[in-house]
Amino acid sequence: MALLRRSETVIAGILLLAMVLIGTINPAFWQLDNLFSLMRSNVIIGIMAMGVLLVLISGGIDVSFPAFAVAAMYLTIKGMLALGYNGVVLPLLAATIMGLAFGAVNGFFVYKFRMIPLIVTLGTSAMVRGFLLGVVGTSMININKMPTALIEFARTDVVTVAKPDGTTYGLTAMVLIYLGLALAMHLVLRHTMIGRSAYALGGDPEAARRAGFDLRKTIFFIYCVAGALAGFAGLLHSGMIWLANPRDFVGLELDVIAAVVLGGASIFGGRGSVLGTMLGVFMLVMVKNSLIIMRVDTTWQLVVVGLIVIAATALSAWRDRRRAA
Amino acid sequence: MKAQMNIRSLVNRDNNIVQLLVMTVLIFAVMTALSPDKFLRYYNFESITYIFPELGLLSIAMMIAMLTGGIDLSVVGVANLSGILAGVLFHKMAGAAGIADTGILTVLLGGVIALGTGLVAGTVNGLLITRLGITPILATLGTGQVFTGLAIVLTGGPAIVGFPTAWAFLGNGKILGLATPFVLFAVIAVLIAFVLSRTALGINLMLIGTNPKAALFAGLKRERMVLYSYMLTGVLASVAGIILSGRTNAAKSDYGNSYLLQAVLIAVLGGTNPAGGRGTVLGITIAVAALMLLSSGFQILRFSNHLIDFIWGAFLLLVIALNAYKNRTR
Repeated sequence: MALLRRSETVIAGILLLAMVLIGTINPAFWQLDNLFSLMRSNVIIGIMAMGVLLVLISGGIDVSFPAFAVAAMYLTIKGMLALGYNGVVLPLLAATIMGLAFGAVNGFFVYKFRMIPLIVTLGTSAMVRGFLLGVVGTSMININKMPTALIEFARTDVVTVAKPDGTTYGLTAMVLIYLGLALAMHLVLRHTMIGRSAYALGGDPEAARRAGFDLRKTIFFIYCVAGALAGFAGLLHSGMIWLANPRDFVGLELDVIAAVVLGGASIFGGRGSVLGTMLGVFMLVMVKNSLIIMRVDTTWQLVVVGLIVIAATALSAWRDRRRAA
Repeated sequence: MKAQMNIRSLVNRDNNIVQLLVMTVLIFAVMTALSPDKFLRYYNFESITYIFPELGLLSIAMMIAMLTGGIDLSVVGVANLSGILAGVLFHKMAGAAGIADTGILTVLLGGVIALGTGLVAGTVNGLLITRLGITPILATLGTGQVFTGLAIVLTGGPAIVGFPTAWAFLGNGKILGLATPFVLFAVIAVLIAFVLSRTALGINLMLIGTNPKAALFAGLKRERMVLYSYMLTGVLASVAGIILSGRTNAAKSDYGNSYLLQAVLIAVLGGTNPAGGRGTVLGITIAVAALMLLSSGFQILRFSNHLIDFIWGAFLLLVIALNAYKNRTR
């Protein structure tokens, strides 16, 4: 019974129902290459969602991570080209550290000046994007200039299947990176003091402080990790699409926040799980991709995502108020 | 004598206004010093009076949402959708004479539709926030996306070009030598200032924002007041949309994207407390004027738009830091 009452179970149920529905409308949905490409689309949004989950659990919000992701990605690739360096581990590390540094700025303003996180992250987001496009450059780096090592790395497949006509398709190994990061986040949230302090902060900041949590450490940890994950995901993304576009990720914050709320994280803070978030991400990506399969005009995408946000937040608000009452 | 008293009480009540005025004069002086021949031209100030009202109205709308500790991230979406719905109507109703000569009745109908859009959008926001209990940030983030999405569905992406002459007058014309949008803004600003400081609605909103629990125990109708405030916000956003579409003679789903950040920045800079309870129309007006001078100065100095975005963001963080510093010493 306890299993049935968990929000993850409910989300998984809705997800299955939606899959059956979409599959009935268009059987092409169940083809292996479509499922593989769905999982591939989960990777970047999913990694960013882990950061947003952490921020939402702590009762905050972050709209700056797409800007951090694009800045870390573009600056790293520009740097690689300037130095003539062709590798994987060091650039990913550099992008992660850049994201972490940007996130630290968010943490500083949220903690030091007690400012509403939305307004702080709106400011840092505009600064980072403005700096990137105004100072660093606006031109795309195309496949002919992209570092080959990154592309090779992102092309690795876990399994490869051959189609009857001889072409092959596979499941990208990037899924493993996503799963690994998700597992790490799960362990941090459930089994470390810093993870528990994020829940405490989101539940009641004053109570968390009196219970002896060092809120400065917690807030910096939350925003630094969110930034670092965004930076990492940004560079990985450019390797996967063979392109570094300094105008990328515009409006992505809404998709990711929608996915996390859809996954059962509370909009009031204090609740949320990695498993739920992964299901939420899968649901959002599936719905967006399936709009095309179901022959819905692509102009409707924004409306659909907006409605999902409203429905998911309304449900979350209803559930949490009932629990409180 | 009475005027003097008024000024003194104003200064005592809110020294934020004085600081804003000092900042405005400072910006003016620096920009004049940097490029006296271009910045001081009459044309420069005239063009500011045309662009300033859109942003000013959006900022006042943002301030009203912030009074109760909320925020409205859908204002730009509402503004664009209003302009687009009116534009769609004009294109449907346009006779053989062409859109420019559309009759005054049709133009009035367009105005009603645009304002109605704002009212409905604001009501939706207000109901989501008060009835369903969604936090204002996420509710308006979602509805803003829906409004922008509907605008894309209606237009298919490209701009709707061509509005009636009478409509364009609202964004381009002149009344007694002053820009029409500027006159509109002045009238609306005075009206809102009156509503906020002299009516039950305004006082209630301030009280709710200052202390929600005390307001509840004092028997204030919190839900209804907050709903009204978001309806007002929506209508103000649609007026901004009317002026924007009239001025540019076009309406598009992604116009004024950077207005959102600027409206938040101006609201905070103008002395509004984002946690609720404090905010004045006068503060907003001076803050818009200051930022408009700053932005036109940077444009004359040939800064790119991206760089100006960077400066807006930096300015916002600076203002946050300064406000926090000020509150600490007090």
